[in-house]
Amino acid sequence: MEQNTEKDGGHGGAGPMAMLSGVLGKGGFDQLRIVTLLFLAIFILYSVVLPGFFSVGNLLTLMRTVSVLGILGLGMAIVVIGRGIDLSMIATLAVPSALVLTLAAKGFGVVPAVGIGLMLAISIGVLNGILVAYAEIPSLFTTLAVGIGVAGIGQIGLFDYEIVSWPPALDGIAWIGRGSFYGVPYSVLAFGVAAIVIGIFLRRTRYGMFVYASGDNPGATRLTGIPLRPVLVMQYVISSCVAFFAGMVLAASSASMDTRIFNLTWIYDVILVVVLGGIGLSGGRGGVANVIIGTLLIGTIMNGLTIMNVSFEMQNLVRGLVLLVAVLADSIINPRNEETAQQGDI
Amino acid sequence: MKKLLKLGMTAMLGALIGTAQLAHAQKSMDDPLRDDYYANFEGRKVVFVPVFMGLDLTEGWSKIMASQAEELGYDYEVRNSNFNTAAGAQTLTSLISEKPDVIVVQNPDVQSYAKLLRQAEKAGIRVIQLNMKTNYQTTGFVGADVELIGEKQAEAAVAKCSNEANPGKVLVLAGPPTSPFSAYMLKGYENVLNASPGMNLVSVQSTGDYESSKAKSITQVVLQQHPDLCAILGVWDNTDVGTAAALQESGKADQVLVTTSGGGGELACKGLHEGMWQYYVSYDVPGQGRDLNALIMAALQDKNPVGSTKTVLYTPLVTYTPETLGDERCWSLDTLR
Repeated sequence: MEQNTEKDGGHGGAGPMAMLSGVLGKGGFDQLRIVTLLFLAIFILYSVVLPGFFSVGNLLTLMRTVSVLGILGLGMAIVVIGRGIDLSMIATLAVPSALVLTLAAKGFGVVPAVGIGLMLAISIGVLNGILVAYAEIPSLFTTLAVGIGVAGIGQIGLFDYEIVSWPPALDGIAWIGRGSFYGVPYSVLAFGVAAIVIGIFLRRTRYGMFVYASGDNPGATRLTGIPLRPVLVMQYVISSCVAFFAGMVLAASSASMDTRIFNLTWIYDVILVVVLGGIGLSGGRGGVANVIIGTLLIGTIMNGLTIMNVSFEMQNLVRGLVLLVAVLADSIINPRNEETAQQGDI
Repeated sequence: MKKLLKLGMTAMLGALIGTAQLAHAQKSMDDPLRDDYYANFEGRKVVFVPVFMGLDLTEGWSKIMASQAEELGYDYEVRNSNFNTAAGAQTLTSLISEKPDVIVVQNPDVQSYAKLLRQAEKAGIRVIQLNMKTNYQTTGFVGADVELIGEKQAEAAVAKCSNEANPGKVLVLAGPPTSPFSAYMLKGYENVLNASPGMNLVSVQSTGDYESSKAKSITQVVLQQHPDLCAILGVWDNTDVGTAAALQESGKADQVLVTTSGGGGELACKGLHEGMWQYYVSYDVPGQGRDLNALIMAALQDKNPVGSTKTVLYTPLVTYTPETLGDERCWSLDTLR
């Protein structure tokens, strides 16, 4: 398992072809490979069976529908690699971006409005980080509570309505979620840019390595002199900033920010993408490639089911089954034992 | 002399009668209904259990209910279930033991609260269901005839799409599958579309919990498959902001007719002005609020056993199109009284 992780490391910023050759060329099967094969199987099946699936237009639409989910997955991945979880991401997506829309509508100007939103997002991250790193409250409870708190702050008075519409004052930056650049929708580009930035951060910077170290073995990390607690705080600040970015993309894209989404099942979708892609909740494993493949798999399944006009309940059922199959396959092929199990496994 | 006396007597009598009449006019009369009427409301309690506060619909209803409560002097309280059916059920359970006089409830789906509402009425609480009803009828229902909304929307689509130039492809964007606004509305669509041979229902998809981002992505996918889509039948104005965003991005906002429905708030007019939708069925929140207040008053005055009278008030629907639009027809929280 350790060795596989090392190999996966090589795929961090690599393209789909390199990933494909990695899948076919090496003997070991970890979850990334299983999910990649599953994705390819479903993709090829749809391309053959569904007329209109394999077209540039539809594939871009597919990417566009999951781009916000993918961006959120990237932020979540950093925290999960550091052996935490950030359940407050959806609240951080909704409330600061809705605040930006509200402030801009009241005539604050684009830069101050976005600045205040970003400050709010960062302070949510700092709060999460300090509670997890210094107060040592488990991230599950910390971020759950902080998320509910942030959503509550939004509800009790920041906004007139729970659904805040995109004000004309912000039209100057509406392109981050609307329109396309040489045919590629901006929201897909936003996902791509976020993937590259976070890929470089995780694989090419010292702090990125610290994230892996803190997730793999926090005790050893501290012993080697790495400032463990500040690194933990940094992870939550990054995930909050990523969530804020995703929120602005989503708000621009749907021309409104629906702060009710905190109450919906989005956060499970984000965890689904991360876990499905093969980033273990026990920390220290995986990277950007895992998130991309997890996102693509979910996007492909949902796109095909929508084309086939399958009902909502059935779509949820299929999504749940796919996750179950992926996790089952992983635990059959890579059974857990005393050696591979880590403290902190969920 | 005798004549003079007679004249004097008559004059006196006349004066007497006149004075009496004057005195009578000055002494006011009691309205026999009034005291009892106001006494009815003293110490009574009405609780509103919405699916979610913070929407134009729920905030509007609540403002209207609160202002009547203040005027008549009964207690009014909101218990938000925050888009969480389990939390709503819990609220109702605790209300059954708290025993307010009236519960006004907006149901998330046709089933979840039905048993609890029955229990509440058995416990002597009058239950008024608001706009979204269960399949159990209680003391009162105020709200839209959702099937009729569906029929109106579908008729608008037929009017545009059934001619020869267009193939009449229609996409339905529904709400949560079990919501009354999905089930009954779909029935309304089918009533009309099935009777119109030129129409082709290409896709029926749920937007989850009325999520605009979901409406957007479904619209994008379906537009890829059916570039000649003719009309979209949407479930709610807030959701269809996403539908409109997808059409605007694809440059097909002029080609595709979007029909939607809602409470007729500011968003309704904004959407018509900006071309987000071209046909809007309003269930008129100010009107619903008045109906609702009337049913609350009736419930508080009713001395009969709970459940012996059942009243349904379907809201008269108002249709907005760009041609009939004047800004004054859309309400905002500030214009509600």
